[in-house]
Amino acid sequence: MYPEYMQESLKLVEKTRPERLKKSLSGEKVFTPMTDAERGEVLTKFHPDYKADARRKIRIGPNRGENITLEVADLLESHSRINPDDFDLSRVDYDTDVLVIGGGGGGAGAALLARENGAKVIIATKLRIGDANSMMSQGGIQASVNPNDSPAIHYLDALGGGHFDNKPDLVRALVMDAPLVIKWLEELGVMFDKDSNGNMVTMLGGGCSRKRMHSARDYTGAAIMRVLRDEVKNHPEDIQVIEFSPAIELLMDEGGQVAGAILYNLETEEYIMVRAKSTIIATGGFGRLHIKEFATTNHYGATADGLVLGYRAGANLLYMDSVQYHPTGAVYPEQILGFLITEKVRTMGAQPVNKFGELFVFPLEPRDVESSSFIRECTERGKGIITHTGRVGIWLDSPLIELINGEGAIQKQLPAMYRQYNRFDIDITKEPMLVFPTLHYQNGGLEINDQCETKIPNLYAAGEVSGGVHGRNRLMGNSVLDYNVFGRRAGIAAALNAKEVKLGKLTLKHIKRYERELQEADIHTDKISPMLLPNYTTPEVRARQLTAHYEGTLR
Amino acid sequence: MEEKTPSPKAKMISLYIMGKKYEVPEGSTIMGALEYAGYQLKRGCGCREGFCGACATVYRTTDDYKIKTGLACQTVVEPNMYLAQIPFFPANKALYDLDELEPSISTFQEIYPELFRCVSCNTCTKACPQDLEVMDYIQALIRGDIAQAADLSFDCIMCGLCAARCPAEIVQYNVAVLARRLYGKYLSKKGEYLESRLKEIKEHKYDKEIEEFMHMDRESFKKKYYARDIEKM
Repeated sequence: MYPEYMQESLKLVEKTRPERLKKSLSGEKVFTPMTDAERGEVLTKFHPDYKADARRKIRIGPNRGENITLEVADLLESHSRINPDDFDLSRVDYDTDVLVIGGGGGGAGAALLARENGAKVIIATKLRIGDANSMMSQGGIQASVNPNDSPAIHYLDALGGGHFDNKPDLVRALVMDAPLVIKWLEELGVMFDKDSNGNMVTMLGGGCSRKRMHSARDYTGAAIMRVLRDEVKNHPEDIQVIEFSPAIELLMDEGGQVAGAILYNLETEEYIMVRAKSTIIATGGFGRLHIKEFATTNHYGATADGLVLGYRAGANLLYMDSVQYHPTGAVYPEQILGFLITEKVRTMGAQPVNKFGELFVFPLEPRDVESSSFIRECTERGKGIITHTGRVGIWLDSPLIELINGEGAIQKQLPAMYRQYNRFDIDITKEPMLVFPTLHYQNGGLEINDQCETKIPNLYAAGEVSGGVHGRNRLMGNSVLDYNVFGRRAGIAAALNAKEVKLGKLTLKHIKRYERELQEADIHTDKISPMLLPNYTTPEVRARQLTAHYEGTLR
Repeated sequence: MEEKTPSPKAKMISLYIMGKKYEVPEGSTIMGALEYAGYQLKRGCGCREGFCGACATVYRTTDDYKIKTGLACQTVVEPNMYLAQIPFFPANKALYDLDELEPSISTFQEIYPELFRCVSCNTCTKACPQDLEVMDYIQALIRGDIAQAADLSFDCIMCGLCAARCPAEIVQYNVAVLARRLYGKYLSKKGEYLESRLKEIKEHKYDKEIEEFMHMDRESFKKKYYARDIEKM
């Protein structure tokens, strides 16, 4: 139930619904999609990335002088958690062929494929294996499987969505591996939604020109991650999982090669060393940096640790000036602020409407365009709905879904969404959802090639922590695909590399060099990174903890 | 759109975190209350949106002898709640090679024999924060109905509350993931589209077209993109 002050607007949504439904059922487009010029205008005027203070020049490291997202620049211009002189490099706690940093979908896939290619693997992860954005993705995974579709059309859509900045070799890998990934996942036992002939149920995602969104109800990420985690756990002899132990720096050798990482046991507060012939960074994204103070859909651990590790070791960043805001984050009730409302809701026919019940944008524009038009509606046009806590949003008219797809469609295909709102006594089959853009995805990241190699020997990256495949805007369903495609590729490449590598004497000189760069650039800060975990306690409590000036976890 | 701890103006209520009393804002989730009180969560916190099962919590209210269960990120606090999180549960998980298994009751008899000790007490169902019919899927497996078990357990987030409460010491969520994997791999019907696309890719049918796209100048490629036809919803 929505409060009384929203009822007038809700009545207007109900009033315009029959007419909007009619148009939707007629098969014509419910709203005209934007042209290139219109997209450009709404993005530059309303996308948070284009705000004057959204970016600044980074003063140190391989990308020095480049404009990147402010919060990322601050994080990168921070001190290491350790003083290299305090660390005993003669004591190797673990020795392995492949070290995977991160226990999400990309890391799990990498570990499985590295194992298949003969490597002994360690997965080091900050929380539990499977605690990752991978688990939370709802809507789907893209793959061109239908007869009217092709990898080439998928390529076209992905590049257009990314504003033509995507790295071509990475997109080729993404679209060509996609059907293979679906097959691999099905053979591992992932249950995709299917029709009566056994073909996959596919839907249209934002910015896509063909129905190629494969789903597992609205638990797609969970369905995949549960299976990958189960499979990783089936191989304890080859894959060792070290939980609650985030990597806090990479190790290198005298020859400039990466040689493993230093982990931090969150519980005993010890630093431990893993020597590895190949190291894969699969730490995911940065939502918990709360860029521009946005709420986020992201996992608790999404604090960009991998960017810090890679950058200090000398790896390049690509497109770190670009942030994805998902158009539909929850605004009401307050307890679910910023939570993801899957794009599948619009895919199934729900429309974004303003406080007068007017549809104001094509519902399935690429995400940055859709988000920007929501912000325009709520700011310049003043047609948003304002809550009692002063937040603003627009309606996502979910009751249309059952009017289009038949009664029961929401409970059957969107059970997570139904359950989420039902916990707060809102029935989304009968009432719309109040939404506003929410911080969702790191479009850029560590630069890799199509074998997931960074420019530093023995260092690989896969999934959200890497950059290039999505250009400056990712399409729905391409991230689940990304971590599967590149997680697998990284695992294979790292295992093959491990057969050849000879490591030299271990060193942490790169940390000292980075420290020197901070000094030379005259950067004075008490910030320390990686931040590992965000801190959500109150300023009063932090003052009493004597930790008020720290970012994240520091002990 | 800042993620804030609840406004200090909110009405405060008392609750007990592992027996210690704290004042927290009314309307907070249990997770919000823990953080408001000053906890930096390590275990017991994951996706914060009800998908990962990290924040399984047991609690009791003063007027009731019953132990209740919920996800800390999804459960709103009540006055005088006594709560504790379950940081880890040493649950049994069988190791298996899915390729070697048969999608039949005998597989479960062999690798999860405790499944058949179910006494139909329904405690698992009552404990489930997803409101799944946990006992029903366990009973379905005992009858050998893997398809039904897979369907009923589909929305499981593997938080472990069912197993923590089960008197027969069944690990329902690990049994269920096996049921779903067997269904997905062996029992679900396979369509033709995927196989034929894989064959085309293997025969390099799309290599040339994508190669051309990769080398096209930006303006021509843009034209091609905006001229593409969009399939109807």
